[in-house]
Amino acid sequence: MFSGKVYGALAGAAVLALSAGAAVAQPKDKVKVGFIYVGPVGDHGWSYQHDQGRQAIEKAFPGKVTTTFVESVPEADSERAIEQLARTGHDLIFTTSFGFMEPTLKVAKKYPNIKFEHATGFKRNPNLSTYAAKFHEGRYIIGQIAGKMTKSNTIGYVGAFPIPEVIAGINAFYLGAQSVNPNVKIKIVFANTWYDPAKEGDAAKALLDQGVDMLAQHTDSPAPIQAAEARGKFGFGQASDMERFAPKAQLTAIVDNWSDYYVARTKAVLDGTWKSEDTWGGINAHMVVMSPYKNMPDDVKKLAQETEAAIKSGSLNPFKCPIMGQDGKEIECKGKGALSDEQVLGMNFYVKGIEDKIPQ
Amino acid sequence: MTIVEAILLTIVTASTPLLIAALGELVTERSGVLNLGVEGMMAMGAACSFAAAVTFDSTLIGVAAGMLAGTLMAALFALLVLGFAANQTGSGLALTILGLGLSGLIGAPFVGARRDPIAPLDIPILSDIPVVGRLFFEQDLFVYASIVLTVLVGLYLMRTRSGLTLRSIGENHTSANALGLPVWRVRFWAILFGGACAGLAGAYLALVYTRFWSPGMTAGRGWIALALVVFAAWRPGWVLVGAYIFGAATVLQLHAQAAQFGVPSQLLSAVPYLATILALLLLSIRHGRAIGAPGSLGVPFVPDR
Repeated sequence: MFSGKVYGALAGAAVLALSAGAAVAQPKDKVKVGFIYVGPVGDHGWSYQHDQGRQAIEKAFPGKVTTTFVESVPEADSERAIEQLARTGHDLIFTTSFGFMEPTLKVAKKYPNIKFEHATGFKRNPNLSTYAAKFHEGRYIIGQIAGKMTKSNTIGYVGAFPIPEVIAGINAFYLGAQSVNPNVKIKIVFANTWYDPAKEGDAAKALLDQGVDMLAQHTDSPAPIQAAEARGKFGFGQASDMERFAPKAQLTAIVDNWSDYYVARTKAVLDGTWKSEDTWGGINAHMVVMSPYKNMPDDVKKLAQETEAAIKSGSLNPFKCPIMGQDGKEIECKGKGALSDEQVLGMNFYVKGIEDKIPQ
Repeated sequence: MTIVEAILLTIVTASTPLLIAALGELVTERSGVLNLGVEGMMAMGAACSFAAAVTFDSTLIGVAAGMLAGTLMAALFALLVLGFAANQTGSGLALTILGLGLSGLIGAPFVGARRDPIAPLDIPILSDIPVVGRLFFEQDLFVYASIVLTVLVGLYLMRTRSGLTLRSIGENHTSANALGLPVWRVRFWAILFGGACAGLAGAYLALVYTRFWSPGMTAGRGWIALALVVFAAWRPGWVLVGAYIFGAATVLQLHAQAAQFGVPSQLLSAVPYLATILALLLLSIRHGRAIGAPGSLGVPFVPDR
């Protein structure tokens, strides 16, 4: 399929790449940044927010930065897509789903002079950073709002899969609710999908039918909050501001804000100061942003704002010890006054008060 | 509204798109053509119906556009498998991939737009009957249409001459051709009907069920519809039963979770597929091949000259 000429050119490029790899990071005039998304840009959620970050880079460095993206990349087939970006002159590549971890590492080792950034993973390399956001901080706040506002005293949660990231979110949400309403009950439904609007909507309807009047979600489409709107109940937006889908129902949304981070990392490549790091930022780092508090009484709004400020200043940690497990026994506290990062990232238990069991 | 009513209502809405798409595919398959492109035609139906409904602010125009989109996709498929006698499995898979991609392109400007819910059609007096009243007489128009469609497809296939022709072509296209039956023409219309139904199912998803467009929102329902045809042993009445069983399995597992029954949700999510495998097994246990499967299903028709 390829002519000898093309092979020759490829080999030449490889030699060039190797010789360039020997040079240490230096300031650059122009940077090409690539993105790999797991879903479509139009999912209104996870991938959409990453793309907002990409657009922020273009705005921040006019004329200096070009960006490209590949959307809806299946995790199993991502290596090809990542390598394609590496081969086509990108200096910095963001891979934005947990499942891209191994392929990113593999391609990063092959192209040592290109910088890689992998979202929500834990494997690093001298040219591969990792980053994630503490969404559970936002979930603690919405938990408090839900705990204050519920009339049926039952709040609901549509989860994607019973994995640590989602479990930690449920616990943070419930701990928030419990902190203002000790007897509040929670019902949990796993949709077993990140993205299936109709099924997410059905999951939400099931919860609403069973008496839930506050709905949190950890799946990507606006269908659950839309179901809450249709029933005259309340909900919280996920990943992006979903107000336009549920103007009366959305109390606030936990917005993923990657823009600041992406701009900073691109700047580091431009300046030649990029280093392999692990970033886990929350409300403090502006990675987790609460959209305006609406449709709620002033006292609830005030409470939410105070909690947000406390989390931002570091005086409040949603997983502050002591934390009790479902059996009422205290969970060993491995961090300073709160559960350690590892404990949160690997969370596989529900806290006291949740009556459900984690599906095995 | 009691909880039972609420659950039944959700089941009906969850089942309707499956039922509509599966009825279309059933007619196509009964004529001897296997169209694996249901998912793609459905996605196109969803995207085009939503785009048209928002542009012209009319649900009716949206529905028409969705059906038209499905039909055009089916016409492309017909060109390949009838015009060029191309492999039906390959062409169908290609149609799915094309439809998913193209729908994303068409829907892109409409990402983020939303439609208001359409009002259910309330049949007076009858809808006041307890339990069954709300269930049967206060649904949206699509639900009634899907049930009427089931009856019509059943009558057409089993009670009309034209339906008999379609079935005999599906059973053995060589003999049918020798008898002078118009194999290509009948199959062409059967394929188009399948496309229109898939487009309608997509329109239902985008305009009634979720009321917004986002790429890939069909999320495998086209494949469930295909499984449903097999599950129903190619009989319209059983498609209706099957659609409601599949819909019920999806919705009940969500309710079981919310009620903390402690059933593994992953297992329950797989129920429709397990049911299909079981049905296939039972159907073929005595006959060697699945009873009800049209004899010429999936075989390209190339007449002797």
